[in-house]
Amino acid sequence: MQSEWKFTAKDIVEKPDLFMSGHRACAGCAPATVMRLIMKALRGPTIVTHATGCMEVVSTIYPYTSWAVPWLHTAFENAAANASGIETAVKMLRKKGRIKYEHVDVIAIAGDGGTYDIGIQALSGAAERGHDFLFVLYDNEAYMNTGIQRSGGTPLGASTTTSPAGEVIPGKLEPKKPIADIMVAHEIPYVATASPYYWRDLIAKVRKGLEVEGPAFLHVFAPCPRGWRSDPAKSIELSRLAVETCVFPLWECINGEYQLSAPSKVLAMAPQKKKPVKEYLAVQGRFRHLFAPKYEKLLDEIQRITDQRWRKLLKKCGMAVV
Amino acid sequence: MAGEKTVLTGVHFMSGDIACAEGAIAAGCRFFAGYPITPATEIAEHIAVRMPKVGGIYIQMEDEIASIAAVIGASYAGLKAMTATSGPGFSLMQENIGLAAMTEAPCVIVDVMRGGPSTGQPTLPGQQDVMQAKWGSHGDYEIIALAPSSVQEMFDLTINAFNLAEAYRVPTLVMADEVVAHMWERVTIPSAEEIKIVNRKKPSTPSDKYMPFMPDDLVPPMACFGEGFRFHATGLTHDEYGYPRTQSSETQMKLVQRLCDKIRKNADKIIRVEEQMLDDAEIVVFAYGIVARAALSSVRKARQQGIKAGLLRPITLWPFPEKHVAKAAEKAKAIIVPEMNCGQMVREVERAAKGTPVFHMPKLGEEPHTPMEILEFIRRYGR
Repeated sequence: MQSEWKFTAKDIVEKPDLFMSGHRACAGCAPATVMRLIMKALRGPTIVTHATGCMEVVSTIYPYTSWAVPWLHTAFENAAANASGIETAVKMLRKKGRIKYEHVDVIAIAGDGGTYDIGIQALSGAAERGHDFLFVLYDNEAYMNTGIQRSGGTPLGASTTTSPAGEVIPGKLEPKKPIADIMVAHEIPYVATASPYYWRDLIAKVRKGLEVEGPAFLHVFAPCPRGWRSDPAKSIELSRLAVETCVFPLWECINGEYQLSAPSKVLAMAPQKKKPVKEYLAVQGRFRHLFAPKYEKLLDEIQRITDQRWRKLLKKCGMAVV
Repeated sequence: MAGEKTVLTGVHFMSGDIACAEGAIAAGCRFFAGYPITPATEIAEHIAVRMPKVGGIYIQMEDEIASIAAVIGASYAGLKAMTATSGPGFSLMQENIGLAAMTEAPCVIVDVMRGGPSTGQPTLPGQQDVMQAKWGSHGDYEIIALAPSSVQEMFDLTINAFNLAEAYRVPTLVMADEVVAHMWERVTIPSAEEIKIVNRKKPSTPSDKYMPFMPDDLVPPMACFGEGFRFHATGLTHDEYGYPRTQSSETQMKLVQRLCDKIRKNADKIIRVEEQMLDDAEIVVFAYGIVARAALSSVRKARQQGIKAGLLRPITLWPFPEKHVAKAAEKAKAIIVPEMNCGQMVREVERAAKGTPVFHMPKLGEEPHTPMEILEFIRRYGR
């Protein structure tokens, strides 16, 4: 599947912002950048439904909104169910000739809590029913809105307020749930991962997700300097490092066929360019305890899991595993 | 690595949420399943730090439905268990609160009330869930609900809630509000010996004769899974063996009536109220939670101005202290009910006051009623 839409950087800059400035996100918030990029990819009339989360809160503080499209805040658990209702009703209204637009796109946006945990039931149901909508997961790897509690998207070893690293535990004890693979298992037509450093790739994937008939799922990596205890100036750099260390590889799965996206494909072709996970972990306060002797072994474990997941992905993409 | 003290005897300066968490640990709670939600998150955060050090368990679940379900499971497995949430999470829990009532699983649920409905005002206080506490799940059942009005009570009443849950095999709710939960105050934690702990009644029958739902004075003794007793529990209507009897009206009548009666008939033992200057009170202020703090101040001010005012503060919201209200109403010219909702407990007060005029003072949003606001009401009706 190839989108017919070709765009240059100039096109993107000239396209009006539909996620507008003036929101109250923290300094260095990557999710806010992600929202802006998503909204650059629209092809026409679009309705956004948004689960409870950081981006919902910071973008809609009275009396302002950052959203230049019809926008609906739902409860925490049901963005995808809500999108199902919108999409079905719009389809019906169009059939009856009561909507003039040729197509109306529906986007459901949720954070990792609203996707991995409380939102997965609604998401799975919507995927199974085959609604034509795009679900965007912006993954900042914990419940940041309520103050950094672990989620199903929090990586192994990360310290959060409910997986606090200390004498008894080394941060979170479980690895991140492979949510995008779970969505692939739903056999929906389009699943992809993206990272804001690779903004062209991200925008193109949003567009593909909108153009495809049926459910599409986009998993976007979104560093949070508050929760990750990282330098607010380094959020975009971190979103690059995560890809270069294969912590967060970029790929698409179109109608069940996996393929690596260019930034990760480079690493598959030239494995010597793949960076050690340590480089990514070392610049984040949430992993600081892993560099003390007590929990050092966990560093190797994180590298091992990362490599294992990377090899699995290479196999799925039909690439040689080195 | 168990080893840290479970009862932090001494005088502390802490928030309501932290006091609640400490109260739970002091009461013997060793299992907490929860999900982050403002303004109850700090309970989970404090528990997450403390539980591993006292040999207990903190599990973060994928949502509130899972949290309360895990709590029911843990309770049956033999641990004292709790969860904490706020309005939206409390709504999600309702079906399982009914399950806990039906299967008589002792457990504690803390609801730190914020402004609703829906997402509402997550960081601001409310008292809008008090009727939901009583009527939230479908069917007939009784629960116990307590309303702390200070940080000290967040500690004390959480212990109390565990004791009541264990004694009556019933889900017990701590209906706190955002102010009480986030406020910092002095808390005195007594020594472990001074804290009264109630544990569930264990069966005295031999294992082959045990019937998990055969009441002994309305409350059935409770074996836990793995203690050698055959145990069958179900959310379906069940007989004393725990087996489903979905076609028997006799079983339904007997079971559901008992689930209600075990609380209703013990109401006098369960109910606690605070009464201030009620003996000759002509104007009675009925207030609970944080609002009662302001109410007490306004009652005192009214007395200084020669108005015979008094405070009736239910510590137990459910079962409702109707006898106390009726008694106070006998002498009163008026009862004033300030609460942070559009009119909930006031209905119960009206019912119990039997004709004495009852005036509601609704307030929603940022701050609870001020003493001056309540005083103005007292003066209006006290002249």
